Amino acid sequence: MGKRTIVPFGPQHPALPEPVHLDLELEDETVVRAVPSIGYVHRGLEKLTESYDYESMTYVMERVCGICSFGHGWGYTGAVEGLMGVNIPDRAEYLRIVFHELSRVHSHLLWLGLLADGLGFDSLFMHCWRIREKVLDVFEAVTGGRVILSYCKVGGVKKDLTPEMVQRIVSMCDDIEEDMRRTGYVFMKDSSVRNRLCGTGVLSKEDAVELCCVGPVARGSGVDNDVRSASKWYREVGFEPVLYDEGDCWSRCMVRVDEVVQSLNLVRTALRNLPDGDIAVPVKGPAPVGDFAFRVEQPRGEAFYYVQGNGTKNLGRARVRTPTNINIPAMVRTLQGCNLQDVSMLVITIDPCISCTER
Amino acid sequence: MTEEQIFEDLSPADVYRTAEALRADGYRMVQICGVTREGSTEVLYSFDRDHRLVNYRVDVPFGTSVRSITPVYWAAFVYENEVHDLFGVEFEDSKLDYKGNFFRMSAKTPWKGPEKEVS
Repeated sequence: MGKRTIVPFGPQHPALPEPVHLDLELEDETVVRAVPSIGYVHRGLEKLTESYDYESMTYVMERVCGICSFGHGWGYTGAVEGLMGVNIPDRAEYLRIVFHELSRVHSHLLWLGLLADGLGFDSLFMHCWRIREKVLDVFEAVTGGRVILSYCKVGGVKKDLTPEMVQRIVSMCDDIEEDMRRTGYVFMKDSSVRNRLCGTGVLSKEDAVELCCVGPVARGSGVDNDVRSASKWYREVGFEPVLYDEGDCWSRCMVRVDEVVQSLNLVRTALRNLPDGDIAVPVKGPAPVGDFAFRVEQPRGEAFYYVQGNGTKNLGRARVRTPTNINIPAMVRTLQGCNLQDVSMLVITIDPCISCTER
Repeated sequence: MTEEQIFEDLSPADVYRTAEALRADGYRMVQICGVTREGSTEVLYSFDRDHRLVNYRVDVPFGTSVRSITPVYWAAFVYENEVHDLFGVEFEDSKLDYKGNFFRMSAKTPWKGPEKEVS
């Protein structure tokens, strides 16, 4: 047994877009133990339910994360609608799917770019982010925002799509699919990518189940717990989960590559079958006493939203459990036994969003 | 995504045994969170199997503790440490106890509710 050394990793590190600290206990260059430490960006957003009524809290919840902002808005409003017994119009359900899947496309492309950057493959990084810009341009054209969309509200969505905008989104999906045919091929086949990712950071199916993993981390290990499977609306647009069995960094990458193309298909199907009718129903009055939980499959995995009503306009509790929160234990487990040089790849393929996690 | 969900009350003494039974039945732990109460903290445990969500509300009076479920679901350490740091709930026999250093905060247990008024 070699001498043990503790190497601090983060909270500021080139591989980390956000601050998390890991104490890496090494024997020679092998990690034998990793202890995570968070808490650098805890904002206490959930506590703001005391100051904001349930409608205004939507704006707070959207700011839990700048990448999956739309999903947080949907998750929170969905929970409040469930608590209040509100059924939103079919058209609003479809529009939420459209914007949520477009959010997944831009989130995965952002992540693929970060992975390429971590690999030192700068041209690939720039291609991914160039493609992603097309989605942000559509967001801006429809909602006026590129990051925080403020599109969901309690009772439905705020703005309808014109026929011209529907056509623009469909054309954009076609463009991105063509781009992904070339860019996705590089992730799938390029030897410099495969050499770095294949066989690295293997998380077995058993470990993924034991550690309660979610999202591409779970699906990359062959575990299907995608909550979209339980949605009537997603079934209507033909959703099928993307699964890979290898459990390594490459399979987690390929889940995301395939999901970009799948999300484009879901968007096109939803727009083709967009029901007529209203986009929202009015919701008024205090939130009743009771509990409701709602889940959304965010780009990083299942996010859990819990609201507790107390008979007033302010909720007694609004809780968000983000996907990174539950994937941290998997990150710790896969780091055990890996080589020090692979730590950054492993951390990236979990796609940690620490601001989300700490809220 | 609206789904089948159940909310049940559970006593602190039954938490560990229930977690063991759920694990044996193939349930996945979804989350644990705290809710501010007067004189106690409500801890909500959520589990899932085949997209069926089961939630247990556990009322933990101030000054008492609840047995950690990290021996059953190791991943629970993230939530138990969070609930400990924000609400001051003590978890016994944790597999990974940060001893109050999980979140870096200027105030100790900021979400803990007020003591119950004695009439």
